[in-house]
Amino acid sequence: MAHIDENPLGAHLPLDPLPGHSSLGRLERVLRRGEFAVTTELNPPDSANPEDVYERAAIFDGWVDGINAVDASGANCHMSSVGICALLTRMGYAPIMQIACRDKNRIAIQGDVLGGAAMGVTNMMCLTGDGVQAGDQPGAKPVFDLDCMSLLETVRIMRDNGKFLSGRKLTTPPKVFLGAAINPFAPPYDFRPYRLGKKIEAGAQFVQSQYCFDVPMFREYMKKVRDLGLHEKCFILVGVGPMASAKTAKWIRSNVPGIHIPDSVITRLEGAQDQKKEGKQLCIDIINEVKEIEGVSGVHVMAYRQEEYVAEIVHDSGVLKGRKPWKREPNPVDQLVAERIERTREGVEQNQQQMAEKAAHHPH
Amino acid sequence: MADPKPGNAAPASKAATGAFTPAGVSPSRRARRKYTVRLWAVRNSRFLEWFYHRFADVFLLLHPVWKLFGYQRVERPITFVEKHVKGFLFDCRMCGQCALSSTGMSCPMNCPKQLRNGPCGGVRANGNCEVEPDMPCVWVQAWKGSQNMTKGNAIMNVQKPVNQSLRETSSWLRVTAEAAAAREAAAAAGKDA
Repeated sequence: MAHIDENPLGAHLPLDPLPGHSSLGRLERVLRRGEFAVTTELNPPDSANPEDVYERAAIFDGWVDGINAVDASGANCHMSSVGICALLTRMGYAPIMQIACRDKNRIAIQGDVLGGAAMGVTNMMCLTGDGVQAGDQPGAKPVFDLDCMSLLETVRIMRDNGKFLSGRKLTTPPKVFLGAAINPFAPPYDFRPYRLGKKIEAGAQFVQSQYCFDVPMFREYMKKVRDLGLHEKCFILVGVGPMASAKTAKWIRSNVPGIHIPDSVITRLEGAQDQKKEGKQLCIDIINEVKEIEGVSGVHVMAYRQEEYVAEIVHDSGVLKGRKPWKREPNPVDQLVAERIERTREGVEQNQQQMAEKAAHHPH
Repeated sequence: MADPKPGNAAPASKAATGAFTPAGVSPSRRARRKYTVRLWAVRNSRFLEWFYHRFADVFLLLHPVWKLFGYQRVERPITFVEKHVKGFLFDCRMCGQCALSSTGMSCPMNCPKQLRNGPCGGVRANGNCEVEPDMPCVWVQAWKGSQNMTKGNAIMNVQKPVNQSLRETSSWLRVTAEAAAAREAAAAAGKDA
């Protein structure tokens, strides 16, 4: 029997569109079927070597439904998210392209959305982005032309109305599943659920949360979210991740904006003999706790510089329930590329005169 | 909380940190060392809301006057007054498309990321800004202010992206002109019916 997320005519063919789905991707299929989704984040390389990207992505093979291609996270320079997506889609991975408003204005962003979708990116995540002061180049000019909300709306307008923000028409709109970020752990706490509501109104279909270390606080947030009925309009993925040590946790708490780590977590890590192992166990414990909360549709595992543990964490927490996330996502242009390569290999000689003749008689 | 990085209290000290320091009318330049008046405006958002409604009515009543002189011609003096009044009260950045009524009387253009739709995820646990550690987050204040206002729910509306070509123009006159046009359109529709 063909895999449920496979084209019945062959695994190498693109998926058929499903009614009510806005993308052709598998992440949307998994979420809409009500399965527990797992996404993760690729540590972007500081290199121009494509192998680096493929190596880092290969660790996740068969364990995740989507890989976030981060857009200069923490305002630090890395390979661009568009570049990573180009490499990943070529290999059949399912990237979630992050777009931050910090570095690009609305002209660049809309262009990237089209380019990304053309490469086969089916999931896009709209973020505001950290301030430039957080990164390695505080002297950069912060752009912030759009904010995450107007960015969501922009991409939604492009997809649903087939138009640029300016109203100019698109010949083929980008078919993407739209994501956003939430941080229930930063003030103003009582506004946060409404902000999620706003993001949904602007177009968010799934959200990934900031690192969740304070489960009671998250539970409180989810209660409000359920009261507002937002969990039915949007898939909520909880951000989790292992802490390498108590020292790292303390550093992150005081230096990375927006991450809330309660003292109890640090005490637990400090008390452990093998802090790295304890950090991993803590992550698994948190996953096991949050997966029971009503309205949670998945987890987003952020294991920065510990990517090799993602498989283990996902396995040990048992959230996939034996499901094997499909590895290769077919790209609509795969066939064209294959044909082209085949023709080159056959070595058909190009006769310039003939080609010119042909072009003269058949413009286009 | 670790001790905050040096704030951007003045352009000179900001430049010393190596951070981007735009000059003149730039939206991301910080205008104030202290936030007393801005915070007062948020605390009194309800009064300011009431006052603004009266004020907008008066402006609309004056529509024939504006029309007599021409909106183009009154633009400069009105912009001058608006810039200084709102600059004093809200640290207004003259984006030209005022959203104060939807943001609890806390000007969103003072946010270093110029977010017009709510706080980013980087707000510090003490309610201060991620970028400027000694500044109270514009959106924490906005949420507080909106709670006091009769039409505070407007904070839930999704704001459009800023039209940068309207910078340094009068929002008061634009709102008045639009209201007048809407009134005339309604009157014309009423006559047709």
